[in-house]
Amino acid sequence: MKASRRWLEAFLRQPLDPADVAARLGMLGAPVDAIEQVGADLGAFVVAQVTDVRPHPNADKLRVTTVDDGSGTLWTVVCGAPNVVAGGKYPFARLGTTMPDGLLIERRKLRGEASEGMLCSARELGLGQDHDGLLALTTDAAPGTPMADVLGAPDHRFEVDVTPNRPDLLGHKGIARELALSLRVPFRLPAIPGEVGLDVPPPHRAGDEATVGGVRLAITDRGCARFLAAVIRGVTVGPSPAWLVERLQGAGLRSINNVVDVTNYVMLELNQPMHAYDAGTLRGPAVLARTARDGESLVTLDGVTRTIPAGALVIADAERAIGIAGVMGGHDTEVSATTTDVFLECAWFDPSRVRAARRAVGLSTDASHRFERGTDRWGASDAFQRAVRLLLTVAGGTVDGQTVDCVPVAANPPRIFLRPARVAQVLGLDLAWTEIERCLVGIGATVVSKPDDGRIAVDVPGWRPDLLSEIDLVEEIARVHGYDEIPTEVRPFRPGARQDDPAWNAAAHVRTGMVGLGLAEVMTLPMVASGGPAAPHLLNPLSAEHGLLRDAIVPALARQVEANWAAHTGDVRLFEVGTVFERAGGGTRPIERMAVGFVVTGGRRPAHWSDGGARAAFDRWDARGIFDRMVALAHPGASVQVEGDRWVAKDPAGLPVGWCGAVAADVPAWADQLFGGEVTVVVSTRSAPQYIPLPTYPASVRDLALLVGIEQPVAAISDLLLQRGRRHALEAVTVVDEYRGAGLPEGRRSVAVRLTFRAPDRTLTDADVDQAIGRLRTSLERELDVTLRSS
Amino acid sequence: MSYEHPSLAPLAARLAAVPTLPADALDAEEIAVMGRKQGELTLLLKSLATLSIEEKRAMGGALNQLKQAFDAAFAARRAELAATAAAVEARQVDLTMPARQSWTGTRHPVTLVVDEIVEIFRGLGFTVALGPEVETDALNFTMLNFPPDHPAMDMHDTLYLGGEGGGGQVGERLLLRTHTSPVQIRVMQDGPPPYRVVIPGMVYRNDAFDPSHAPAFSQIEGLAVDEGITFVDLKATLTHFARRFLGPDTRVRFRPSFFPFTEPSAEMDVGCRLCDGAGCPACKGTGWMEILGCGMVHEQVLRNVGLDPERWTGFAFGMGPQRIAMQRYGLPDIRLLYGGDMRFLTQVGGGTP
Repeated sequence: MKASRRWLEAFLRQPLDPADVAARLGMLGAPVDAIEQVGADLGAFVVAQVTDVRPHPNADKLRVTTVDDGSGTLWTVVCGAPNVVAGGKYPFARLGTTMPDGLLIERRKLRGEASEGMLCSARELGLGQDHDGLLALTTDAAPGTPMADVLGAPDHRFEVDVTPNRPDLLGHKGIARELALSLRVPFRLPAIPGEVGLDVPPPHRAGDEATVGGVRLAITDRGCARFLAAVIRGVTVGPSPAWLVERLQGAGLRSINNVVDVTNYVMLELNQPMHAYDAGTLRGPAVLARTARDGESLVTLDGVTRTIPAGALVIADAERAIGIAGVMGGHDTEVSATTTDVFLECAWFDPSRVRAARRAVGLSTDASHRFERGTDRWGASDAFQRAVRLLLTVAGGTVDGQTVDCVPVAANPPRIFLRPARVAQVLGLDLAWTEIERCLVGIGATVVSKPDDGRIAVDVPGWRPDLLSEIDLVEEIARVHGYDEIPTEVRPFRPGARQDDPAWNAAAHVRTGMVGLGLAEVMTLPMVASGGPAAPHLLNPLSAEHGLLRDAIVPALARQVEANWAAHTGDVRLFEVGTVFERAGGGTRPIERMAVGFVVTGGRRPAHWSDGGARAAFDRWDARGIFDRMVALAHPGASVQVEGDRWVAKDPAGLPVGWCGAVAADVPAWADQLFGGEVTVVVSTRSAPQYIPLPTYPASVRDLALLVGIEQPVAAISDLLLQRGRRHALEAVTVVDEYRGAGLPEGRRSVAVRLTFRAPDRTLTDADVDQAIGRLRTSLERELDVTLRSS
Repeated sequence: MSYEHPSLAPLAARLAAVPTLPADALDAEEIAVMGRKQGELTLLLKSLATLSIEEKRAMGGALNQLKQAFDAAFAARRAELAATAAAVEARQVDLTMPARQSWTGTRHPVTLVVDEIVEIFRGLGFTVALGPEVETDALNFTMLNFPPDHPAMDMHDTLYLGGEGGGGQVGERLLLRTHTSPVQIRVMQDGPPPYRVVIPGMVYRNDAFDPSHAPAFSQIEGLAVDEGITFVDLKATLTHFARRFLGPDTRVRFRPSFFPFTEPSAEMDVGCRLCDGAGCPACKGTGWMEILGCGMVHEQVLRNVGLDPERWTGFAFGMGPQRIAMQRYGLPDIRLLYGGDMRFLTQVGGGTP
């Protein structure tokens, strides 16, 4: 909602400081997002009096004037305006003034006559569009008086952030009411300048049918609960008076013509949208509020042909729809320059019907915005009468017959019972009855009875459709009393009885561990462009780039690596812990599981000068190391196995829970290979590792070079050695080297293993170890066809 | 010790000279004295065999002592020279050369902020609750008192699930939760009050990426329900949080606001930390920064989960860790938080550059 400072000042009859207005509205729940100055800064202009006007010797349309600007010097100014007269006062731009459009006023010759300044029109001052002549000033101010003193300071436009529950703040009156409450001053509807037609009688009450000014009015759809109408004949459609243009401009609306401006003025003032039809275009003549027929269409005011959604509430004449109720009127019945008779509509439409229609046609207007939040059903009559008087004042004409007020179904604003004890229970403070009453009266409610039975009956105002129950009043009392006035003291509380969700702690454990591996945590968007067949689709994605829910973490990480490569960063180490999704089928919700993924590429460690420029990049063995750790963190009990050209983690039941290997990506020529892995995070009970006594006897270490088949897995050799070596006090088998190439038998590679022997109860002798090695050699030869390289 | 025998005097003198021998003379002197074949001391020891018993007694003990003294003196001198050489070498190393680093892991600013918030609320008796990211419209909206087809829905541009997942009846339509509040319902349906939980998680909106909006972002929500909880408790708890999180001198204010699932509702602002309340572009000149939305749990929400609002009252709050991270790290664009630029991550995470 855009609100004009001057308009609010007219309600409150006192000057307002824009920053103060913003602060007060903010503390009442309607923050001001922006304050904009409206109109030119008039500081550069002064009042000047024309003392002499004479014809220009060389131009018929120009005049030469003598201008007194109060400086003591009389200036010669060439002027083209037809309305300049001797003795008249006009805004004057002295030499050296910069105009709002950037033009610098200098001494110059116009058709041979010197001109020393400029007499200005309203448009030249940035005060509207009027450029027919000079802005004639009706002021007693002496020549030389600053224009700002004459026309007042510029207006300010507030951008008020109105929450959806407060339609009343979509009109200046509602905002003025809040400010009056905060300032503790009264407020009053501003008078209409030059108002005529005060003898307009109140509208004639009717049910769902009436005749107004010869036009039949009928309401057949109960989505329209009130319809006020007038026919005004003999209006003159034309420009609005300056005060009306300025009001609308202050509130961010452009003047269109006096009739339309009146409807907009009342909408912005009282939050009651209205519509004016050219009565001469109405067929029948009739106006109906009815349900749309199948396939009906309408050319709306904006010139677009729209299909009216089935079941929508429309305004129609005897033959056709002439408006989508509460959204937009029709083009054919629009008020135009030639209109002389106006049919004025002021109605209450069901908010949900308006909302449904505006969503269906995809057209949000100032009117629909207000109707779908709820207009004042009971205040419509006041708004209507104000509009009629305004129209008669600014456009002339007379009301044909009597105005009507059709109320198909009568209703009263709700009455709510309030218990002061409930106020205390929710707010935590005891408020005096007088303060509760002040708060409620301040928002426009009527307090009906004193709290003798512990309850107060409160009739809520029609402009507050959000107030439906006692708790709504409790909030109003807190709001008006002031949230600042409620104490901030820590009172005793009971701690929560629930345990932490174990998944949270599992994720935290994984994160900490991954950071310890030197990886950087990221948070990628869970909506992705592509995924596996089980990735759930979104019905209304932002774009195809975000059409699926991710079913894996690593692809998104790979895209981030590519972005790093694009920025010439080659050393990248990322991980993410997050939710992945899998379609479950049968209309049931997708399966969500927490997963952790990582990617690494580039230098295994930061480059150092001692490496002499050589750079060791992450390889598959680094990735496997990270993966082993990640599996231990995220999925304890899972084991890592080889499957094809990568590793997979399997849970004790043999189900795959993760993988690790090379990752497909768009690798630039200069960059290193990308590796990554992913594993499902499970919640597990992590018991503390139990202490095993530390060894007290020394170990004996032997290295063996084994001739192993090219495709023979070393893991099998290690397993066999550990199994057979158990009774020989073999503690550990470590692979220390691998060699392939010359000097080896065909089909063999050399793998060096280091065997560590240790007995728990004595120091092993060389003879003990020699004997063990002998036995193990025999096992290797017999069971795996593996021999010692040296033998 | 003295070596009074006159024939030992020259050796005793040489022993005294060992501590000052230069490095290049040390080995030669050791051979000259102790050499296995021609060493002077060695020869004297060998010659003992030819002496009489009296002379053996007189010389034997002295010679052995002398040998031990020489051993010790040569070892000490050698160690001394080695230490000196090492010191010289050390002085020649340029200690301003760059160190050998290792990669440092970093936490993401947002998960770090979430952890900090959770820790503060743990200290106030809250525990962590989680819930699914795909929800029904019933849990995301209806149970939370969003009136059907109401403008309040416009605040939550919703992403619905397509295909077989999205075709449910109203109430069972699957969507990506637009806030973490459905977990409030889940917690309250899970058992009787009191409740005191914080709910971190990812939420989704059908908002295009721009410098201050993202289609998915973190939220952390809180819920406390018990007998006797009032607006005073809400203000006290959240003020305490703000001062723990942002510093003990943090200014806090509460403004009325609107959320369908709380009433009364409020926004909590904290004093702008960049301008200290004077007004700056970051706080749009107001001196305040919005940090969270909150309110007393709406009566209808309590009724919806079968709790009597005359007996149970409570408060709820929610905040956006991305926005908090943006303020904390001075980020101009929320999209930085969704990228994986190593330069950014190490800058804000304090890792190896």
